[in-house]
Order: sequence, then C-alpha cells, then structure tokens
Amino acid sequence: MDPLFFLLFAFIAVACGVNVVLQKHPISSALSLVAVMASLAVLYLLQGAEFIAMAQMIVYAGAIMVLFIFVIMLLNAGTEETKGRSWMALIFGVPAIIGLLGSLAYFMQTGMPKLGEVKFGDWKGGGAYEVGYALFTQYLLPFEVTSVLILIAIVGAIVLARKELD
Amino acid sequence: MEFLVITGVKLALILFIFMTALAYLQWVERKVIAHVQVRMGPSRVGPHGLLQPLADVIKLITKEGVLPPHVNKFYYLAAPFFAVFMALISISIIPFGTDITIPAMVIAGKTFGPYKTMMELADINVGVLLILAVSSLGVYGIALAGWSSNNKYALLGGLRSSAQMISYELPMSLAIAAPLLTAGTLSLRAIADTQKGFYFGFLPHWAIFQFPAPQIFSFIIFMIAAFAETNRIPFDLPEAENELVAGFHVEYSSMSFAAFFMAEYANMVTVCSVATILFLGGWHPLFPESMGSNLVAPLLMAAVGSVCLYHGLNPARPFDRITLPVFAVVFFGMAGLLAFPPTVPIIMPIFWFTAKLLFLLFLFVWIRATLPRFRYDQLMGFAWKFLFPVALLNLLVTGFLVALVS
Repeated sequence: MDPLFFLLFAFIAVACGVNVVLQKHPISSALSLVAVMASLAVLYLLQGAEFIAMAQMIVYAGAIMVLFIFVIMLLNAGTEETKGRSWMALIFGVPAIIGLLGSLAYFMQTGMPKLGEVKFGDWKGGGAYEVGYALFTQYLLPFEVTSVLILIAIVGAIVLARKELD
Repeated sequence: MEFLVITGVKLALILFIFMTALAYLQWVERKVIAHVQVRMGPSRVGPHGLLQPLADVIKLITKEGVLPPHVNKFYYLAAPFFAVFMALISISIIPFGTDITIPAMVIAGKTFGPYKTMMELADINVGVLLILAVSSLGVYGIALAGWSSNNKYALLGGLRSSAQMISYELPMSLAIAAPLLTAGTLSLRAIADTQKGFYFGFLPHWAIFQFPAPQIFSFIIFMIAAFAETNRIPFDLPEAENELVAGFHVEYSSMSFAAFFMAEYANMVTVCSVATILFLGGWHPLFPESMGSNLVAPLLMAAVGSVCLYHGLNPARPFDRITLPVFAVVFFGMAGLLAFPPTVPIIMPIFWFTAKLLFLLFLFVWIRATLPRFRYDQLMGFAWKFLFPVALLNLLVTGFLVALVS
C-alpha cells in the first residue's frame, strides 16, 4: 500500500512541478505549486514525519502560497505572452539538461552507494514531541540563530518598505 | 476488514447527521434571528417551517446553474468544490464522545465482535495542526471563486477574505497554542481527556478554569478569530451586501452557490467543535455525576416535551393540535433513552458535547442578529494592533505559569 501511495504522490509532485513552469497564467502556476507542497506533505507523512508534514501544509500551502495568490490577484497579472521559442534555446538547452540530470544521477549513484532500503512507517522520530525536544536540546543554537536571522529579515523588509513610502 | 466495515458505518452515520445538521442549522439561524427581530421566521413549509431546509435544497438543486460567459471556467467550477471539501474534511478528526464497545453478536452461526471503537473517524496525534492546516487551505476556495468570476465585486470579496483569513489565522493559532501548553499533547481526544475531573468536587477541570493558567482569554480570542475565519458578522466583509453586492459568490447560482453556504456552516460547526474540545472540556459534564449531572439531560428533554404537550393541547392553537403532541412524544422518548441505564454511558457524552456545541452555535447566530459590521480598516487594525499582541501576551503568561508550576 505504502509504495503505491509513494509512487502516486511522487508522480503528482513531479507532474505539478513541471506544470508550474509550463502554465502560462500565474494563478495556474501558483496553484500547481500548492499541489506540489501538498504531495510533498503526503510524502513526509508516509515517512512518519507527521509534524513536518503538517508544518509544510500550514506554512507553505496555507500561508506563503496564499500570499502569492493574494499578490497575483491584487496586481491582476494576466496571461504571459510568448513570441515563439528560439531554436538556439532548444539546441543548447536539451543537451545541457540531459548532462545535468545525468551527472546528478551518476554522482548520487557512485557517491552514496549504501543508502539501504526505505521502510515506510519505521521511523518514530517525527512527532511533535520528538521534533520539539531535538529543536530545544541538540539544535538549540541553530534554532536561535535562525530566529535572529528571521528578525533581521523582518526589520530589513520594514526598512525597505518605508523608503518606498516616503 | 473489521476496521473497514466499522469505519464505513461510522462514515455513513457522521455524514448523514452532519449534512442534516447543516441544513437545519440554517433553519435555526433564520428562526432565531426572526425571533430576535420579533418576526415569525419560516413558518409556511411544514409545521413551524421545519421542512423549509428540504424545500430550499430542492429549489437549489432544480435551479439552472448559470455559467457566465466571462468567467475562467475551470477555476469557476472548481472553487465551490474546493471550499466544501476543505470545510468537510476536518470533521473527520473531531471526537464527540468516549469509546464504545459493541457486544458480541451471533449472526447465522458466526460470532461477530465484540468491537471496540472510538466516536470519531480518526484519532491522529497531530489533530490540532491538521485543523489549522485545513482551515488555512480553506481560503483558496473563496479567493479562487472571487478571482475566476472576473467581476470587480467578486474580486474585492476574494481579496478581502484572503487578507482577513491570513490576519486572523495568527491570533487563532496563538490562542490554540496556550491550552496546548497545559494539555501537553496535540491529539484532540487526549486534550479532551486531560480536562476530566473536578476541583473542590464541583468546578470542572475544563481549560477555561484549569490550574495553573485558566484559559478564559484564549477562549475569547479564539472565538473572535473564529468569527473572522468563518466570515460571519461582525467580520463578514467578504460578502458585505451593501458594498459588494454579495462579494465572492456574486456570479454563482444553483448548487455551486449552495456549496459556499454549506462550507460556511460546516466551518462554523468545526470551529465550535474545536472550541468545545480545547476549552470547554469536550464531552465531560459541567458538574460531577454525584451531583446529578446525568439527570440534566432527561429532565431537560422531559421539560421540553411537557411544554410541547401543554401548547399542543391548548384549544387556542388549533394548527398545532397534531404536530406539537408528536414532538412531545419524540422528546419524551429521548428523555427515556437518556435515562435508560444501558445507553447512558454511550449517549451522555454525546449529549454534553452537543449541548456545548449548540450553545456556541447559538452564540454565532445571536451575535449575527445583534452586532453591526466592522469597517475594513478597523477589521485589520483590530487583528494586528490588538488581538495579535494580546494573544502573544496570553501565550507568554500561560507559558510562564506552566513553567513555574512544573
């Protein structure tokens, strides 16, 4: 059952990821991205990381993408217009992407040969308690540093926005 | 196999009861508002307008669904489905009673059971987070409906609802986080079970009274944010009819129009259930059994039945001569069921849960009949400048008190 779900949602994630690029309307692209986030959440859930799955839904699908869609609706961005694709892009792009994916696959195969088998539902460290405990003991310093980083980003955003207002 | 059958039965039961309740919630709302405004309310279809929801549903189903030529067809048709889907999904993890045991039965020579099952569809250990995630996804239905309609009123409604729901999500999450500190778990069933028991023998262990940090402020903040999340008066800016015609659903007709109403009522039921579980002790009674909390339900039902019988036998009300005595019999039957010892442990938790839920739903209707609407800038200012800091402070004080005691 689990491998079936994995294949289904992995396929949805990849298909929607491709769709983000292919769609011409910004709303369609944004909604495809939401579908990618949702299927990633299901993949996390299959691995037993319940907290991360729900955080993924709340933060990415529920907050960030709603903000994206809000901005797209507010600016009333229309359909993207294309004036045909250039042949040069095709000639250089296709070999480049084949080379990139091929070398990625090669290095992942040779660099990490002993990954072992994935067993669904085997791992029990994904609940809220375990994540919270790890965050406040083992990873306390990175956690606090990240919060300072986010604070700096907020202050920076306010400073930039104020400059535009004046 | 067993699991599938039991889950299927529970699914059918919950779906049937929930759908009927949603239809009748609208009847209750119209009746209550009518009586607040000294009117009759729906009274023509069936006794006391009781068949009005059925008539409304038939009307909405048989109406022609108009597809305006200027809309974005795919998103226009998908938006109501999305809204209803997200509204209905969260009811599946709401527990509304303790676990029940179905005794073993012998059917056609085979023994079935005994089965033990919980009164909810799924008990997941991140239930509160799932509720938050689903409620934050619900905004897509409304925003897409507003955008795909290609109508400036609808677009403004959709924009307002996205901004409002993002803003009120924050105080709501913070208000939910505070009782979680005392409960120490994210599963809704476990949270309700931490509120079992009584102080000094009479004060219930509910989160709003709980030692060391009574969550009364969290409860108030949660309810205010819940009004905004469900787009109800005084926060129904997305569908303010005197500025935006009807807001995000102005281009919708027939069943897709009804879908948005269904989603709104389903969201109301969900937030009220969550408030009941988080703050009002779920299915645990108001006062201990030793003081006769089990007698409340049958006495209440018997009292309602007697009132029905009294008015039904009144010769000055000839139209109610048949209907009210029938209701009286129904209420007396429920009183008997609530007093019948074998069914009490199963049905009494459901009674207390439903009573609290109905009280909160009545609060929603009551406030709709009482309060005027906010202005838009007031709405945003209230969320960010008052509710959010207060929720933060409340969380801080709760955390401090919990850390001090433990």
